[in-house]
Order: sequence, then C-alpha cells, then structure tokens
Amino acid sequence: MLNEDTRRLVLAHFWLGFAAFAVAALLGEWQMYVRAPGHGWIDNPELYYRSVTAHGSAMGYVLPTLIAMGFGYAIVELALKQRLIGVRWAWAGFGLVVLGVVTAMAPVSLGLASVLYTFYPPMIANPFYYIGIVLVVVGSWIWVALMSINLRAWKKGHPGESVPLPMFANVAGAYLWAWTSLGAAIELLFQILPAALGFTATIDAGLARVFFSWTLHAIVYFWLMPTYIAFYTLVPRAIGGRLYSDAMGRIAFVLFLVFSMPIGIHHLFQDPQVGAGVKFVHAAFTGMVSVPTLLTIFTICASAEIAGRLRGGRGLFGWIAALPWQNPMMLAVAFSFVLLGFGGAGGIINMSYQMDFAVHNTQWITGHFHLIFGGAIVIMYFAIAYDLWPHLTGRALDDLRLMRAQLWLWFVGMLVVTLPWHFVGILGMPRRMAYFDYGDPAIAPQAVAVTITFIGGLLLVASVVLFILILVRGHLAERTSLPEFQFSTPAHPAGKLPAALNGFALWLALMIGLTVVNYGFPIAQLMSLKQTSVPAVPIGAGR
Amino acid sequence: MPQANSHDSARVAARAEMRWATVSLAIIAFLIGMMVYMSLHWATMPPRRLETVDPTTLHLAGEFTEDNLGSAVESDGSVTVRLVANQYSFTPQCLLVPTDTPVTLRGTSADVVHGFNIAQTNVNVMLEPGYISVFKTAFKKPADLVMPCHEFCGVGHAGMWAHVKVVDKADFLRRAANGRRLSCAE
Repeated sequence: MLNEDTRRLVLAHFWLGFAAFAVAALLGEWQMYVRAPGHGWIDNPELYYRSVTAHGSAMGYVLPTLIAMGFGYAIVELALKQRLIGVRWAWAGFGLVVLGVVTAMAPVSLGLASVLYTFYPPMIANPFYYIGIVLVVVGSWIWVALMSINLRAWKKGHPGESVPLPMFANVAGAYLWAWTSLGAAIELLFQILPAALGFTATIDAGLARVFFSWTLHAIVYFWLMPTYIAFYTLVPRAIGGRLYSDAMGRIAFVLFLVFSMPIGIHHLFQDPQVGAGVKFVHAAFTGMVSVPTLLTIFTICASAEIAGRLRGGRGLFGWIAALPWQNPMMLAVAFSFVLLGFGGAGGIINMSYQMDFAVHNTQWITGHFHLIFGGAIVIMYFAIAYDLWPHLTGRALDDLRLMRAQLWLWFVGMLVVTLPWHFVGILGMPRRMAYFDYGDPAIAPQAVAVTITFIGGLLLVASVVLFILILVRGHLAERTSLPEFQFSTPAHPAGKLPAALNGFALWLALMIGLTVVNYGFPIAQLMSLKQTSVPAVPIGAGR
Repeated sequence: MPQANSHDSARVAARAEMRWATVSLAIIAFLIGMMVYMSLHWATMPPRRLETVDPTTLHLAGEFTEDNLGSAVESDGSVTVRLVANQYSFTPQCLLVPTDTPVTLRGTSADVVHGFNIAQTNVNVMLEPGYISVFKTAFKKPADLVMPCHEFCGVGHAGMWAHVKVVDKADFLRRAANGRRLSCAE
C-alpha cells in the first residue's frame, strides 16, 4: 500500500506530467492546422517554431521524466513494501522540475527560444531556456539517487533475496537515464550555455551534435522504461495471466542498459563530422538494441497466451478471443504492440543507412518517433495511470467504457497521423515546415496527406480530453477500499537468480565501457581538430 | 498445477525462450549482414572523410568562393557540384546536373546547420558550418526535382527550397564546353 505522503507525491508528478502533455497535444494539433491547405500561410512562421519547441520540450523532457519519477516512487513502496526513503528530497526534485519547466517555458512562449527541443547550435537561444532544461534534468537526478538508495536499503534488510522485478527494472531505468542525460548535459553546460551567456562567441556545431546524439537516442529507452515495466509487471496480472519468464524480463532490462547509448550516431549518418567506420559500428549496435524488444514481445505474448488459456481459450488462436478485451489494460497492450510493430520495423529501416538516405529528416522520421513515443509508449502511460489511480486517490475508477473509447481514439488517431507521414516522407517531404507552397506542382499532391494528419490530430485531441476527464472523475468518485496492490506473478518461480541478474555492477561497467569506446573516438577526434568552432548565431531578441 | 510437472514445464518454457532468443539474434545478424554486403558490394557507405573549412572566410578564398559554385566537369568525366547554404537559401538555388554521370556533391554552410534532400532520389546530406559534406550519386533520367532544406535553420526554414534540373548528358556537356561553372541560370 502507498503511504499518504507518497500518494500525494506520485499524484503531483502524474498531474504535472499529464497537464504538460495536454497542452503540448493541443499545440501539436494547432501546428497541423496552420500548415494544412485550408488555412492560408501562417503570417509569422516564428509562432509555428515557438509551438514546436514547446511541444517537443513538453513531450520529450517533461512528460516522460515525470511519469518515470512518479511511477518509480510508487514502485518503491508497492514492490519493496517499505516506506519511501527521502520523501523530502523527492519533493525537492519535483520542485526543481517545476522551476525548470517555468524557467524554460517563459522564454519559449515569448519567442526567445525557438530552437526546438533538439537545440541546434550554433543557433543560440535565451539562456533561461537551457537553464530550465538543466533544472528539469537535475531534478530527475535526485530521483535517480533516491532509487539507488531505496534499493540499497532494501537489499540490506533482505540479504540474499531476489530484488522484485518492478524495482529491478525501475532502477535499471534510473541508471540508464543518469548516463543518457550526460551527453546533452555536457553539450549544454560546456558548449551552449557559455555561448548563450556571452562568455564565448563560437561553438563547435559538429561536436555538439555528437554529444546530443548520445542523449537523443537513448532518451527513447528512458521514455520506454515505464512502458516496459508495465508490460512485464502490470499487464499479466491485470489480464488474469502469469508472467511467462521473470529472468527474461531482467535480461531485457539489462540489455537496454548496455545497448542504448553506444548507438546514437545513427542519428548522424548524413553528417560530415563523423567517419564511416564509426557510423557502421553504431549501426550494428543499433541492431543489437532491438533484441530486448524482440524478447519482450515473445514473453508478453506468451504471458497473454497463459491468460487466454486460463480463461478457457483453446486451439492455436482460440486463446486470443478468450482474452479479456473489455479490460483497458488488455486493449492498451494490444494497441501498444501494433504501434511498436510498425514503429520498430521503421526503426530497423532507419538503422540500415543505405535506406536511411531515402528518409533522413523527412516526415518519415516524424512519423517514426510519433509511432514509438506517442503510440507505443504513451498509450501505456495511460494504462499505468488507470491501473494506479484508485491506489493514489483511494477512489474507484471503473468507467471501463470511457477508458476503452479513449484508448481506441488514441490508437486510431495515431495511425491516421503517422501512416501518411511515412508515405510522404518516402516521397521526400521534409520535416519542420511551417507552411507548404501547395501551388508548386511538386508539393501539391502532399496536401492530401497534411489534411489527413490534421483529422488524425482531432481524434488525438478528443482522446486527451477524455483521458483528463476520466482522471478528474477518479478524484470525485466514491471512496472505496482496495485489495493490496499486486504485481504480476511469474508462471514459474524464479528460484535463486544468478548474481549478475540481481545487481547492476556488470551491466553498468558494460554500459560505460561501450559508450566510452563508441563515443570516445569521434569525440577525441573532433576535440583535437582546429578551426571547427564557428560563430554562434543568436536568435530571438531584436531579429 | 501438479508439483511434479512444474519442473518439466519450466524447462519447456526455458527451451521455447531460448529458441526465440536464437531466432531474434539470427534476424538481427541477417540484417546487419545485409548492410555489410551492400556497403561492400554496392559501395554504399555513409559520408566518410572528415574535411573542415572556416565558414567566416568562405566567400574570400578556397573552393566555395561564389565563382566556383555550381557544376564543374572533372578531367575523369565526372561532375562535381559545389554549393553553400545560408539562412535561408542555397547557392546556387538551382543545380544543373547531367544524366548517367557520376556526380559528387560538395557542400557546406555559411552560418547554422542546414541540410537537403532531393525528392525522389536517395540524395540526403547534412550541411554544417565548419565541415565539408560530400555525397556521391548519379541521376538516371532528365527531371525537374525539388531540393528542400530539411534541417531546422531558423524562422525562414520553411521557405528554403532549391531545385535540381537533371538534363541529358550531351546537352550538359555542350553547356559546359566553355569551362564555366554551371547552374540552371545561364
């Protein structure tokens, strides 16, 4: 059970995250509207990029960080069955995130920081934008430390016992984030902020892109962690099955730890500052990071099959019909897998650099990461909220019909938005366009796709409204007494785990070692080059 | 579940898992193998050599001065196209290239990060200040293609579209006879 203190803490994280998410979703739909053919060209394209910056920063940094933090605090008490150590520190971390969001969003909304969430030096925005992002990240580092401290305390009290899978995965996610965020932190603290504050007038844009790529890819696995924790530890219980394999879950999580970072240069296949050899190595490692996802798909499908057969499903596919489809968690995991399937296949295409030439920086890429993040990942954030809400509010959350409608809208909306993007991306339609000249015969055919994505966006907005409505109604419902919160139980008790799968030492060593090897060479090479720093280009004020 | 079978079923489960893990690894190994094969056999590798250039003096000296931009015929019969990107246009704004000829694109940026792709082709290049990007390609048939800037470069990014005119090889060589750098603008 969750303590009253912890409930408030988790609710604060979830609500701030979902509020940022709702605003960002509305901005996203506005962006689709202003560039659609029915609307004339936007008078001031700067407004569009202001909106993209806010949308990306809120979706990429604020929402997932807060969900991971809030879910993590809940896991400590629910899985370890011990009081959360460091509640005051946790609130301090939350305070830093709030302060960071306000600090970053003020210059963004004033149009002083329209550099998108990926920064793009040598363009330099108002320093408060970057300071705000740093504060959000520092706030999340407090969470990382607390997860480690709480696990250590539990291990001390339970010598020789296996760490419960939810906590094991949670701490893996925390360590992954600590190391992942380092690349962008170095870029911000040592390259961008000195230029933004006026200490330096030049910046090495190529080196900055290398540092950012360190964070840019692995951050996706940080976003993914709560989703995968839900796959392994909530879904089998919620649908009345067993987790097929506890050990395979642990292997998947440590593989993410090892293979998330040393692959980020696949974002730079077309860049001039990294050699072909390094690009090849990163491409090959990118292949490896799909292994934990392939393992997860097997394990979770097998867990669902157990549920289907326990419910009386027979035959090769009969168990699928026997699954509890009226249960929102069942629907969410099925949708998530479909979107993950499309998104993952697209990711493998992006990884193969020969094919990436056809799609790099086109709408295909926008489609790809909206499928993975907006689709597969966020849909499970909804499911996590639905599952935890009664335990956070002490009140019933039982309007299953509304929840199913919300999930359906999101799933269909996301497909309607992303599939046309993939298609026009292959035709060469670039991303990040505030308007299109539909009068140009080469661009005119894409008007249809832009219109379709606008309609898909409407479905997504409707889904967001329903989602917020369901959560608010959860606070107003009847008080209810709940059974103790349960995570999934494995089909076969894990027994004694090998030490390597009950701790992180080996995997952290591999994570750091592989990153240093795969990033060390390009970073050292660029740092030793002369004449690569170029004049910073301030944007915003007075231009 | 009878206790006696529990051990057996755990073993069956573990075996199924191992089979799947092997299949997963085989799929990935096959995909990476394909990449290696195409890299070697079709010589399709990402841009390779690291070349630097000072963006503040591009217009004064070196290969990116204005009179050297555009398409040039090399002694080996291939064509080199040099271009510069800045906020918010390319120079030249319309590239002229021949069919059935090896074309080397060499580009850089004078200010912020830009990039471009040429619609309906695999040409896809990032342009970064301080570095020279190189991309080798060939065009099969005459066409008029769009070439948008594909990396966010500031508020004017959405208006930064260039064009590529692919002309018949003989036509191109006739135009190139006087030895000047070529673009669509004559």
